[in-house]
Amino acid sequence: MIRALLLAAVLALCATGSALAGEERPTVAELERELWCPTCNAPLALSDAPVADRIRAFVRARIEAGDTKSEIKAKLVESFGEDVLAAPPREGFNLLAWVLPLAGGLAAVTVLGAAALRWSRTRGNEDPPHDASANGRGPLDPDLERRLDEELARFDA
Amino acid sequence: MARRGKLILQAAAVTVVALLVALLGWRVVQQEEGRGLDAALAAGKRPIAPDFALEALDGEETIALRDYRGKVVVLNFWASWCLPCKSEAPLLQSVWERYREAGLVVLGVDAQDLKSDARKFVERYELTYPIAHDRDGVTLGRYGYNAFPETWFVDREGRLVGEHIVGEFTEEQLEENIRLALET
Repeated sequence: MIRALLLAAVLALCATGSALAGEERPTVAELERELWCPTCNAPLALSDAPVADRIRAFVRARIEAGDTKSEIKAKLVESFGEDVLAAPPREGFNLLAWVLPLAGGLAAVTVLGAAALRWSRTRGNEDPPHDASANGRGPLDPDLERRLDEELARFDA
Repeated sequence: MARRGKLILQAAAVTVVALLVALLGWRVVQQEEGRGLDAALAAGKRPIAPDFALEALDGEETIALRDYRGKVVVLNFWASWCLPCKSEAPLLQSVWERYREAGLVVLGVDAQDLKSDARKFVERYELTYPIAHDRDGVTLGRYGYNAFPETWFVDREGRLVGEHIVGEFTEEQLEENIRLALET
């Protein structure tokens, strides 16, 4: 258990470290995946439109100048608006784009869970009683059961 | 109680769907506005030019179309990466200088462009007419963006006249539409 916890902690630290490295020292490829071509409605990585080439050149120049990923994105938003970001920023009205799918997923899971619970309860009420015999014909009459036991004991003897 | 909860859930679902439909409708209406302007011009009408207020490219002020009411406006949508825009720029600067006294303004709207590139373009072609930056491309969309460059002509009453030129204009086309706008 402790080993599992330690492993999880190490993995979390690694993930945080690489995210921080991506923020401080972004690559063109990384930003190409996170940016959107404003004229062709496609990810920057897949676009060869003239404006996409200009954005790539700008990103390269800003990386060389030592800008962080956030700084580069902020400068691009200044020119193109937030549509240049492949994913909307997690603030203000845009937060809805992040919250709604999660809320929708949670609501779906809750509704499905409640429906499944209700269904299983209904099914439970329809099931035969638990003391039923394996052949589904109901329990033996106690008198008959006693006689059967006596016969079997006599047979064994 | 369960029935009430169900009703509330149904009402919420209907509201969400209605909002999504309204959003879609708003988007479609916005896209249709530009096409409507083209159709009106083609039918010989003079539709009102959609107003806008955008940040100046140099970032110092806001440029609004309504501020030029009483003047003829040559409204040119451009971007620094657009090749025909490079041929148009000197012609626009030339008519701005020649017709300025007659009450004409060339109004450039830079869109889908890096601001730094656009500023270099302005310096390179020594453009002195007012230039706005359409950051989100909303104004471009309202005027029915088809391709860069696009040019519209607005008369002194703020109405569109003449041609909507999509792509590079010729000098004759520019002069003819300016003359028409000044005479209207």
